[in-house]
Amino acid sequence: MDTTLDKSIVNIDEMVLNMGPQHPSTHGVLRLKIHTDGEVVSKIEPIIGYLHRCFEKHCENLSYEQIVPFTDRCDYLASMHMDHAYSIAVEKLLDIELPERVEYIRVIIAELQRIASHLVAIGTFGLDVGAITPFTWTIRDRERVLDLFEALCGARLLYNYIWPGGVSHDLSPKFIQRTQEFLDYFETQIFEYNELLTGNKIFIERTADVGVMPAEVAVNFGVTGPSLRGSGVAYDLRKTQPYSIYDKFEFNVPVGEGTMGTVGDSWDRYWVRMVEMEESIKIIRQAMASLPDGDVHAAMPKKIRPAKGDVYSRYESARGDVGIYIQSNGKNVPLRLKMRSPAFCNLSVLGEIGEGWMISDVITILGSLDIVLGEIDR
Amino acid sequence: MDLNKIFDSISFIDGVKLNSEANIIFVTSASLLAVADKFKNDVNIDFDFLMCITALDNGDSKNFTIAYNFHSNKHNHSVEIRVVVTDDEEVPSLANIWKTADWHEREAYDMMGIKFYGHPDLKRILLPEDWEGFPLRKDYKVADYYHGVPIPKDKSYWE
Repeated sequence: MDTTLDKSIVNIDEMVLNMGPQHPSTHGVLRLKIHTDGEVVSKIEPIIGYLHRCFEKHCENLSYEQIVPFTDRCDYLASMHMDHAYSIAVEKLLDIELPERVEYIRVIIAELQRIASHLVAIGTFGLDVGAITPFTWTIRDRERVLDLFEALCGARLLYNYIWPGGVSHDLSPKFIQRTQEFLDYFETQIFEYNELLTGNKIFIERTADVGVMPAEVAVNFGVTGPSLRGSGVAYDLRKTQPYSIYDKFEFNVPVGEGTMGTVGDSWDRYWVRMVEMEESIKIIRQAMASLPDGDVHAAMPKKIRPAKGDVYSRYESARGDVGIYIQSNGKNVPLRLKMRSPAFCNLSVLGEIGEGWMISDVITILGSLDIVLGEIDR
Repeated sequence: MDLNKIFDSISFIDGVKLNSEANIIFVTSASLLAVADKFKNDVNIDFDFLMCITALDNGDSKNFTIAYNFHSNKHNHSVEIRVVVTDDEEVPSLANIWKTADWHEREAYDMMGIKFYGHPDLKRILLPEDWEGFPLRKDYKVADYYHGVPIPKDKSYWE
């Protein structure tokens, strides 16, 4: 007997399922309108904007210095990256040369932030597929990074630390010593994570071959960051178009290889983040070994008043390629500021790669994309 | 490939102008699709990434500039092209060539009111669908009420 269902004679109603905006696994106030055929998802429509805070409108009414706290709040899990991206754009507009110490400090801080951000990504990804313990472990270790940042500038989440032209506080020798201690400790922790999660049978079953994102789809949708590298594309601005002083350091760009399944599956995206933390450790160690002396406030302009002109600058944050477009008309407030948010583009691919999976797999795919709604909605 | 070479390969298209001072190529909305096609399909240019679409108000909320930032991962070069449009002019959508354009064009419509033809689903993305006006236009006035709720404009509301 033929058991396949003839859809032309049986009327199958599509059920529309609303996930969010208040849902623990949507990583913020994201609403997904999921059309389901039984348990299988036939269409996903992400609806965003619940966290829209008029960032770009605010920027048109604030002086360049005052925008930094607002960029902080865009990607609240990697605030330093957002400040850094914005500062680089303003410096490009002002055309100023930075003291070397500032660049080194920024790289150290940015890579520490990358570790902290990836720890949350990995932890919550584990949580999404049902692993509770790794989350508590990663949050514990992220706390150590936050402690370092607290010692550095007094804030734990929204730092307002990297300013156009410099940083707000200099590094203390104690900070460097504590960072060394943290790195020594953290290297052993990565081994533990791999034991706990990476090679875990249940975790592999849930993530390998799930939500495969082919490289050309990812590129076409403008997906960047670890999510793109998971698809096997070696695209990392720190390597391909080095900003700041990243060309001075030796590190690898990990890409997904389909170790557990297909290239570009959820497991690959997870794995890229895992390896990237090790690469970050390498960069921090190199930067701390050759940290020069100097005044971190030397290049800071008294008043930021760039000449007329536009700038588009790019930055590799923990989530991907942050683009800052500033249009200046010679005043101390920008005429227009646009932020290309990486998670915005990364989320747009969900409708494409999430089709045909079970509802629980959509959660996995969403978790593996590592979105932050603060920067999507701005 | 540098900017001049990229410009040379698309200079046969009508309305394409190079501003070498600002490193920007200006195109018209009529020639945008031809330029996009060349960018996507010419193996020597090969812009696989459309990084960003920025809508800019030229000051009077009647003329707008749309800036497109392209990047090629294969050749590691980038370019910015710009289209200047008036209020009632429609711009061809690039969403069928680069899917990035889908959401970015929706955002440009949402914030600046620029209409793209050929877009699969042009509607507001960040603001509610019943929002009135386009907030990033220079002549935008904040409404007094939204669904009967007064919109605070006075500092006394939050201080």
